Amino acid sequence: MEISFNLTWIDYTIMIVYFAFVIGIGWVLKRYMRSASDFLEAGRSIPAWVTGLAFIATNLGALEVIGMAANGAKYGLMTVHFYFIGAIPGMILLGIFMMPFYYGSKARSVPEYLKLRFDEKTRGFNAFSFAVMTIFASGISMYALAMLMEVLLGWNFNFSLMISAIIVLIYVYLGGLSSAIYNEVLQFFLIVIGFAPLVILGLINIGGWDGLKEALINPAVANGLEGNAYMHSWKNTGSPGSNPMGVGWFGVVMGLGLVLGCGYWCINFLVVQRAMAANSMSAARRTPLIGALPKMFIPYLVIIPGMIAIALTYMPDSGFQLPVKGDSLDYDKAIPMLLGKYFPTGVLGLGLTALMASFMSGMAGNVTAFNTVWTYDIYQSYINPDKSDKHYLRVGQLTTIFGVIVSIGTAYMARFFNNIMDFLQLVFAFINAPLFATFVLGMFWKRATGHGAFYGLVSGTLAAAIHHGLTAPEGSHMLIKGGWLGNVVHYYPSEMAQNFWTATYAFTACFLVTIIISVTTKQLKTDDQLTGLVYALTPRIKEEGVPWYRSPEILAIIVGVIAIAFTIYWW
Amino acid sequence: MGLDIKIPIGLMFTLLGVLLAIYGLTTIGDVEIYSRSLNININLWTGLTMLVIGVFLLATAKYRKLPARTKED
Repeated sequence: MEISFNLTWIDYTIMIVYFAFVIGIGWVLKRYMRSASDFLEAGRSIPAWVTGLAFIATNLGALEVIGMAANGAKYGLMTVHFYFIGAIPGMILLGIFMMPFYYGSKARSVPEYLKLRFDEKTRGFNAFSFAVMTIFASGISMYALAMLMEVLLGWNFNFSLMISAIIVLIYVYLGGLSSAIYNEVLQFFLIVIGFAPLVILGLINIGGWDGLKEALINPAVANGLEGNAYMHSWKNTGSPGSNPMGVGWFGVVMGLGLVLGCGYWCINFLVVQRAMAANSMSAARRTPLIGALPKMFIPYLVIIPGMIAIALTYMPDSGFQLPVKGDSLDYDKAIPMLLGKYFPTGVLGLGLTALMASFMSGMAGNVTAFNTVWTYDIYQSYINPDKSDKHYLRVGQLTTIFGVIVSIGTAYMARFFNNIMDFLQLVFAFINAPLFATFVLGMFWKRATGHGAFYGLVSGTLAAAIHHGLTAPEGSHMLIKGGWLGNVVHYYPSEMAQNFWTATYAFTACFLVTIIISVTTKQLKTDDQLTGLVYALTPRIKEEGVPWYRSPEILAIIVGVIAIAFTIYWW
Repeated sequence: MGLDIKIPIGLMFTLLGVLLAIYGLTTIGDVEIYSRSLNININLWTGLTMLVIGVFLLATAKYRKLPARTKED
């Protein structure tokens, strides 16, 4: 059984059918694009189950499919922390407590909420950093896809890059956010059906769950851990050294759960935008909760293939080996290599199409979020206010073209200057880490002021940078991994542990500085201005005549119970 | 918005499902193709699953007439 990608006519047919459908959806939606709000906010008219699936699908891009499979191979079942600790609590928090302020405030974006709640400089800081970050994320998606196609199929890098860029450009240009959201749902279905056969074949091959458990003893022992280390999520977190991630339980709960998880799901406009496109307050609140239901089953789809890949690598007679990159295995190749091992022509085309779909959903998500922030928070606010709605619709459409072109540029930058991309991602991590503190204080403490928020953010970012500069993961040589302030005061067992603690310090610094500056500065906003933006000044929502299964609270309880059941099951 | 997303997804799944299932049927017992998928005709099974999902989505979709195009379109 060798690994090869011999595509035949049927594989190409499947890809072409997929391309035709995504563009077709954009073309059908074009007739509804009559105002800037239609294009940039989907006219706030989409049902909850669609926004719910789009909410998780836009995130099911390269980072999640390739990255979580890689984490599955590196850390085993501990990777489920990214779901049950790193995503579900954040999604419940967003749906139950935070969505009323986003949706109810009539803000059109996350930065605009910051302007309404705090002041112009806080919004500006967030809008510019988000716009740059999101366009880089889109470029990295494109780059990763084109690289993969080059390595696996021998396709020309420029060709793959242009094809994916042009398809995303066409369907976003035609149908805006609605088109991106509808296509994300289609992509979600395709990703599930494309990868499910891989998981089934892999598990059959390795002898089911018990076979996997047994096969994972070898890699655990080879890495100096107990034999069961790859098959538990919490059991070995008593001390950082006894699990493959190198993180203790407190680091997981604080760093991943509170700061990175909630900080991502509750405030990243990329995902929040999907919920804000829902057709009512109730639908907006249900969006993350509906998304949470399938989200809890995605580990089966992406983490288990990674675990199978590492198990096969350590199995002497499997004939499967993850390629080597530098001084470790190239974990990112787990899913593509398994596709090549198990899929014959036919489903191979489907699997590769699913892979492309995941990259495209990530790209389109970033492009639409960029469009909205650029048009409303930068163009309309600082460059050209007081124009007609038609004008902003046109700007939104042109921004799509502009955004895709800049993404292509960043994709080439990633190809030629790998370190620059690592560096930029690091800077964005510093900017993002403290933001969650700003939002928590902004939404639940009416005394938090604009100056407090702004300087809190700046100090949080600084704290992240300083912590990163003074610490390093064990065995690292590059300055990009930390320790660039010259004096390393602490070594973490892994990069992941360092990330979690960087985020924790940034959050704490932002939280404390925001409070200190807020109590010493004057609140410039009146209670009237803050109504609908802060918990204490917003009337509770009463949903009457709504059937029980549509109540966000009931949904949240269901999600919570399933998450706890999974946690015990994966313990 | 007047588009029920179940329609395009249902259409695509039905179309790809039929395609894969027919391809699976015409390649039954082809060792060269299916040795890598553990001698399981994965094309046929995946195709049939997609067909069922596709038909289900189409059957439960809401059909509404699209608004007429105006002149400026």
